[in-house]
Amino acid sequence: MLSSGIGVLFQGNNFLRLLQGLMVSLRIALLSMLLSAVFGLFLGIAMNSKKGWVRAVCRTYLETVRVMPQLVLLFLVYFGAAKHLGMNFSGELSAVIVFTFWGAAEMGDLVRSAFLSIPAHQYEAGCALGMTKMQVFFYIMIPQAVRRLLPPTINLLTRMIKTTSLVVLIGVVEVVKVGKQIIDASRFTEPSAAFWVYGAIFLLYFAVCYPFSRAAALLERKLRDGN
Amino acid sequence: MDIEFIRESIPLYAEAAVLTLRLALLGILGSGAIGFICCLLRTFRVPVLKQAAEVYIELSRNTPLLVQLFFLYFGLPRIGVVLSSEVCAVVGLSFLGGSYMAEAFRSGMEAVPVSQGEAGLSLGMSRHQVFFYILLPQAAATSIPVFGANIIFLIKETSVFSAVALADLVFVAKDFIGMTYRTDEALLLLVIFYLILILPVSAVCALIERRVRYAQFGNRSIVSGE
Repeated sequence: MLSSGIGVLFQGNNFLRLLQGLMVSLRIALLSMLLSAVFGLFLGIAMNSKKGWVRAVCRTYLETVRVMPQLVLLFLVYFGAAKHLGMNFSGELSAVIVFTFWGAAEMGDLVRSAFLSIPAHQYEAGCALGMTKMQVFFYIMIPQAVRRLLPPTINLLTRMIKTTSLVVLIGVVEVVKVGKQIIDASRFTEPSAAFWVYGAIFLLYFAVCYPFSRAAALLERKLRDGN
Repeated sequence: MDIEFIRESIPLYAEAAVLTLRLALLGILGSGAIGFICCLLRTFRVPVLKQAAEVYIELSRNTPLLVQLFFLYFGLPRIGVVLSSEVCAVVGLSFLGGSYMAEAFRSGMEAVPVSQGEAGLSLGMSRHQVFFYILLPQAAATSIPVFGANIIFLIKETSVFSAVALADLVFVAKDFIGMTYRTDEALLLLVIFYLILILPVSAVCALIERRVRYAQFGNRSIVSGE
């Protein structure tokens, strides 16, 4: 009974369908991450602004996003926006909007601390050499900040990938949903399918996230040893 | 906005919030216990079990809670292990949180200089004494902000419990949207109740974090080992 359940995974093109489902999750995660990185960079620079009110606005935004579970944000956009803005977002678009909204805040905080961690004399030395503010920013601050940013950004990406599993709850057909379909289709022929399919999804997520986590850990160690 | 409707549905939300809070609390306690055990296994380098702990931590950190819950709730009954929704939720949350707590313990342990442990040993303390009286108190103090962040993270993660048929806040909100079409009121209450759950925890964490930072100030030489 049990051993036959595993066969469901490889029946027909079931496994291929699971992988296609995973691609949907990954597409949402990567797209959101890309947008988050762009917005987050600007946000992070704004967070270090000299103007108090700019910092306050950014801070409020960050704290608001952090305090809300991502699922609640998804519900707000998916159900709320449809009613108020009269716009009917698809589940996938809602997901990208929410994850970008959330990711940009998290990314902004990472960028902020990365810039803060660059010693002030780097900036001052640049200015003393007669570089303009722009030159100091692009040739001195950004290269160093990016190096420091890489490990936490990769970690954020894995969090993003893990969080995309929530989109099944607003009706996006991704890997978990495909898994459910496969289980339902074989409910009477292979009752143990649920065990194997969910087990496979569990391992698929692991297979996607683990390399990123390892890479982030290695980069982090390299960075620490380098300094 | 229908104030009357809001007033009538508050008790249902409150009930759901209590459920969420109860399960979150159990899950957080479970996470702490698992994290502590992993920390013990790592510090005392228990053979085999230490490797098992590492595998567990990687598995748990690199998979989403929703998938873990689905596996526990829908997958395990197929091989004869039937868990109720509540047990599933607590086990799942502990499984997820355990690794985060273990990492928090680890980062705290790494911050304690090796010389501290060596000094304890050279004073004739046993390894257990060194661990419980020297390493653990210092490590716990440094890790407190991370513990706080993890607790908030775990409370937020409880929002997926509705997927395993638990009547938590999200479940109630979804129910109201489906039954009454009062999307605004249902979502507003959802947001408010999560704020009520998380804001106090977040405030307490910030307070404790500041306290801990005071404790370290002027004491940096001990913390950083310089």
